[in-house]
Amino acid sequence: MLRYVARRVLESIPLLLGIAVLSFIFMQLAPGGPDALFARNGRMSAEQLAAIRRSMGLDRPPHEQLLAWITNIFQGDLGVSYSQFRPVSHVIAEVFPNTVILMAAGLLISLVSALVFGILAARRPYGIFDNVTSFLSYFGLAMPVFWFGLMLQLLFAVRLGWLPSAGMYSPDGGSTQDLLRHLTLPALTIAIGSIAGWSRYVRSSTLEQLSQDYVRSARSKGLTERRVMTGHVLRNSLIPLVTVVGIDVPLYLTGAVLTETVFSWPGMGRLFYDALTVRDYPVLMGILVLGAALIIIGNLIADLVYGLLDPRITYE
Amino acid sequence: MSLEVSAKSTPGDPGNRLAGSAGPGFTVNTVAPDLIAKPARSPWSIAYSRFRRSKLALFGMVIITLMTLATLFAGVIAPYGENEIDLFNITAQPSEAHVLGTDELGRDELSRLLFGGRISLFVAVGAALISTLIGIVVGTVSGFYGGWIDTLLMRFVDLMLAFPAIFLLLIMFAMYGSSVLSVVLFLGVFSWMWLARVIRGEFKSLKERDFVEAARSIGVPNGIIIRRHLLPNVMAAIIVSTTLNIAYAMLSEAALSFLGFGVPPETPTWGNMLNTARPYYVTVPILAIAPGLTLTIAVLAISFVGDGMRDALDPRGRS
Repeated sequence: MLRYVARRVLESIPLLLGIAVLSFIFMQLAPGGPDALFARNGRMSAEQLAAIRRSMGLDRPPHEQLLAWITNIFQGDLGVSYSQFRPVSHVIAEVFPNTVILMAAGLLISLVSALVFGILAARRPYGIFDNVTSFLSYFGLAMPVFWFGLMLQLLFAVRLGWLPSAGMYSPDGGSTQDLLRHLTLPALTIAIGSIAGWSRYVRSSTLEQLSQDYVRSARSKGLTERRVMTGHVLRNSLIPLVTVVGIDVPLYLTGAVLTETVFSWPGMGRLFYDALTVRDYPVLMGILVLGAALIIIGNLIADLVYGLLDPRITYE
Repeated sequence: MSLEVSAKSTPGDPGNRLAGSAGPGFTVNTVAPDLIAKPARSPWSIAYSRFRRSKLALFGMVIITLMTLATLFAGVIAPYGENEIDLFNITAQPSEAHVLGTDELGRDELSRLLFGGRISLFVAVGAALISTLIGIVVGTVSGFYGGWIDTLLMRFVDLMLAFPAIFLLLIMFAMYGSSVLSVVLFLGVFSWMWLARVIRGEFKSLKERDFVEAARSIGVPNGIIIRRHLLPNVMAAIIVSTTLNIAYAMLSEAALSFLGFGVPPETPTWGNMLNTARPYYVTVPILAIAPGLTLTIAVLAISFVGDGMRDALDPRGRS
């Protein structure tokens, strides 16, 4: 098991390195170079420009710059924001927790809903409940995430006024209840795609388990249906779900950008969007690298958890 | 008593068959003539009849055909021009004159929906085709030649999968601006990975089979082996992957355009119509509902067709 963990972690490091290199190349590709914003500023003198270029390290040979960039990343230094003149890592660190809250809420909702819907659908295959949830999940997968968010906003916030339409807290609020009210619609929006996809997965995986021999043995042993389900079937059908969850992490990042834009949620996604509009490249690169790192870590955790649940795959 | 043997291609050579089934390539009937085995049907006709049995897939096919025709003939059936402005009816509610209302410049929403569908569909299909092409090339080279190029390409695939595509695309379009063509190109460049992996896996296993060795031993060049013997086996995966990629590309284009970094707003697509509708969605909600609903229905239809094709082309299904 330990060797499996070590192997997976070791495989991830070149990936992280590759991402750092690629993002560096990207930054160089920006029209006008990384110092474009300053170069375009007509009021700068030549010496000021040269000084800025020196401070950004642009006068050093490319491989030195690359090395500096990579070492900086691993030390947590992602450069300085063009628009806020603060270290990028600070700018991101301010909003990152908000995105984590959103994603965690979405994940929780997705997991619980997918399990409930999937298992209930599997207990009576092709019944009414199954058909309805199947159709709804097709719909949920086909919908653009941001459109769903807009519709939720329109219905529950604007027309019905039940829930706040934007932001993370009310101007005067700050309580947990306030947070939860603001969290509801965005979390639901970010979760809908996953609910749709995972519930179908849980359904087919549970159906597969229910036809296995051990279920028949358990039943003939006299176990209650409930014990069979929770004690045996549930655990085995959860296993493939773990991989699906891990693979869906990139989807969550995409969803975060779109959802946070729709609901003005002050998170990493909206920071990305704001930075886009002002072409704040260091922030953009920082979020890109962070996002990629999250994906890699997500996959890693998924593999490790899978190894825990099903030790057979560690024997390679 | 009569012995009937219907000749087919030799067992195991999928030169003109679909993936996988390794059953005997001939039928033997030793009983009376009225129980003679029917002539062999091509795998395509088998798949076709299986496809027709799925109501959802047929439904999807009908919908998507209607949509495509409607957008292709938008010039004929749209009540107004694509950019025709009605100055007296800016952000108007749905009325007799404008069935779905008008947008912020006075353009008829329904007409824009029809014209916008053209671009949305074009972008989606174009991106899917590009991604299929890249996927086939990478998968073929990787699976057939193996060795270091295989390792290199698969590491590259891992790298591409680790990047959050939307961030990358947004940054690129922010840097260089976007156009219909660049959106098509870049969407295609980011969605070929799954197909490449599948093709690589299939080729790796097929490469070792006897019929490939037989072909090699009589001097068939590699290119012909790939084209005639290996590629037809992955046709099913290619078709399904392309179809589902169309759906995925449509949603991606919508997301990019919604954020303002997809197709520029002069050319309507369903995605950027949602973007321009955003400030007005409280007063004229139909402007936000309509493009999104059309998108959802289109993607739904394509998904049904894609799933139907996958089930129909699956060699393990019943016929």
